[in-house]
Amino acid sequence: MSTLEIKDLHVSVDTEDGAKEILKGVTLTIKDGETHAIMGPNGSGKSTLAYSVAGHPKYTVTSGSVTLDGEDVLAMTVDERARAGLFLAMQYPVEVPGVSVSNFLRTAKTAIDGEAPKLRTWVKDVNGTLERLNLDPTFAQRSVNEGFSGGEKKRHEIAQLELLDPKVAILDETDSGLDIDALKIVAEGVNRFTEDADKGVLLITHYTRILRYIKPDFVHVFVDGKVAEEGGPELADQLEAEGYDKYIQAAKSAAV
Amino acid sequence: MTVVDTPAVAGAVETTKISSHLHPEGSFDVADHPVPTGREEIWRFTPLKRLRGLHQEVPLDGGSFKVDVQPAAGVTAESVAADHELRGASGLVPHDRISARAWAASDAVFLVDVPAELATDEVTTIALSGTGNEVASAGHLVIRAGNFSRSTVVVRFEGTATFAENVEILVGDSADLTVVYLQDWADDAVHHSTQHAKVGRDATLKHVAISFGGDVVRNDTTAEYAGPGGSVEMLGLYFADEGQHIEHRLFVDHTAPNTKSHVTYKGALQGEGAHTVWIGNVLIRKVAEGIETYEENRNLVLTDGCQADSVPNLEIETGEIEGAGHASATGRFDDEQLFYLRSRGIEEDEARRLVVHGFFNDLIRKIGVPELEDKLTSTVETELAKNVLKGLPA
Ligand SMILES: Nc1ncnc2c1ncn2[C@@H]1O[C@H](COP(=O)(O)OP(=O)(O)OP(=O)(O)O)[C@@H](O)[C@H]1O
Ligand SMILES: [Mg+2]
Repeated sequence: MSTLEIKDLHVSVDTEDGAKEILKGVTLTIKDGETHAIMGPNGSGKSTLAYSVAGHPKYTVTSGSVTLDGEDVLAMTVDERARAGLFLAMQYPVEVPGVSVSNFLRTAKTAIDGEAPKLRTWVKDVNGTLERLNLDPTFAQRSVNEGFSGGEKKRHEIAQLELLDPKVAILDETDSGLDIDALKIVAEGVNRFTEDADKGVLLITHYTRILRYIKPDFVHVFVDGKVAEEGGPELADQLEAEGYDKYIQAAKSAAV
Repeated sequence: MTVVDTPAVAGAVETTKISSHLHPEGSFDVADHPVPTGREEIWRFTPLKRLRGLHQEVPLDGGSFKVDVQPAAGVTAESVAADHELRGASGLVPHDRISARAWAASDAVFLVDVPAELATDEVTTIALSGTGNEVASAGHLVIRAGNFSRSTVVVRFEGTATFAENVEILVGDSADLTVVYLQDWADDAVHHSTQHAKVGRDATLKHVAISFGGDVVRNDTTAEYAGPGGSVEMLGLYFADEGQHIEHRLFVDHTAPNTKSHVTYKGALQGEGAHTVWIGNVLIRKVAEGIETYEENRNLVLTDGCQADSVPNLEIETGEIEGAGHASATGRFDDEQLFYLRSRGIEEDEARRLVVHGFFNDLIRKIGVPELEDKLTSTVETELAKNVLKGLPA
């Protein structure tokens, strides 16, 4: 079983004019085998939520809690969180010059499993995963994310998801910047991951497009650092038709 | 662009004195070089007090090196008389006191001679192991690559010494020469190396300087062209630890048309008082039309208390160039890179190690001497173990 539980999470960032609160009390529980979609307008704090759960140093949690199967995630270092079973597919994956994809993947796998993967099966796994994501085998020799196209970066994130096989995956706008073919390939990767019944997914997206290929169990509308509304997949259809305006207006008038 | 007539090679090379400050007038006479005070432009970064008198008067008559020479088949590498005809053939004229003193003190020349048209993948290695630094010594090395030859020469220093030397590199027409200078000194060595290369028509020189050890290491490397079409690649890798001073002064003098220079130096610094200096000077003379130059210096500062000075300098006297540029950057560990790696479960120490290896990796690959690659990678690893992996504050 795996449950990611976020309770009343408040997060701020340092700015020139002091701390600025971005997350204003987020509560969300992802249980065994559930896929949750978080949808919201630009700047509503979606990435902040993802980074805060992963432990990015830029974000300060001022109150609230995050637990994974009851363990205090916020007390863990960034790498401990990953080893505990959390994975973040980043909106903007980072270039690491001079470090090859294959070295990176092997090092990460060894860290997560606590032992080096068996060479023979590992090479097969890597090649198979790259191939399914339509990434050329020479890809493994390239430096991590360096010179990758936007689509390649996103597919590389999903390759890591499949190979590292976490308990809960947070996917931050993995769909943005992808053409329809690449989107399908990425969605298939995510669906392969969730075939194992106990995997949780938090799918962050701006658009409903990816929800045609990845079926969420729950949809949360995220506005101004909070969940403004929750529902089933039908909520996504409603957003598709009506957009975020209604929620943005409501948040504005609430702020006045 | 001017078309250069083939026989008129000499006419296409500009060697007249010019007023550029990049081009100080040299002299073989020690008396023409007063003892530096440290205020001179060329000495202002150097800790003179730690030079053990190389810049003053101390006799340079020591010579306690164990020397191991492994020439490639067909290459001769031997000591010859100080008045050998090739001495001075590169055009090296000392432009500082240490170089002039080393010139005067050398009673022999070590000559590596690659015959014309010899092409070899075998590496010629000269390994010098210093056995003491109490007495200072001087040396003179000439590497001549004959016309149309292709070869690699590795000069490696270990142990300790107080050593001043001049190095002349002569690259014949259409020759392809790689020279690797590996300064793997013990922590208490002092090494001052003045190197000058003359690159022939359509010739290629790859000059690699790798500096790991030593208390003070100061390399002054210059290159000029004996004809059009020459190409120079200068690569440098250095790793300065606590208290170490590593200084690289480079000058590429584009004296001929259609020549190329590409300079890439990368360094890492760690520990209190680690100091690196990189001066990258390029002069493009009027005659040097259609040239291409790019110089780059990157420093990775791994701990507090280090200083990396980096001064690129490009002087252009003709408008007719293909491309010219430079870049210089000094930075700390990139938090975003570390976060990305750690978010994949990789522990902080391991993440730092990956980033540093990554920083040097493409450079190590560019050196293109397979025999050296593993050794360099493991030396970087050893250097890292000294500090970075001791668990730094985040
Ligand atoms: N250093 C900072 N200083 C000030 N504001 C910041 C800083 N970092 C983030 N923010 C603000 O925090 C808010 C949330 O940003 P975040 O990236 O989480 O939004 P998002 O919902 O992921 O947006 P997008 O859809 O564009 O990815 C934005 O308004 C952003 O401008
Ligand atoms: Mg975002």
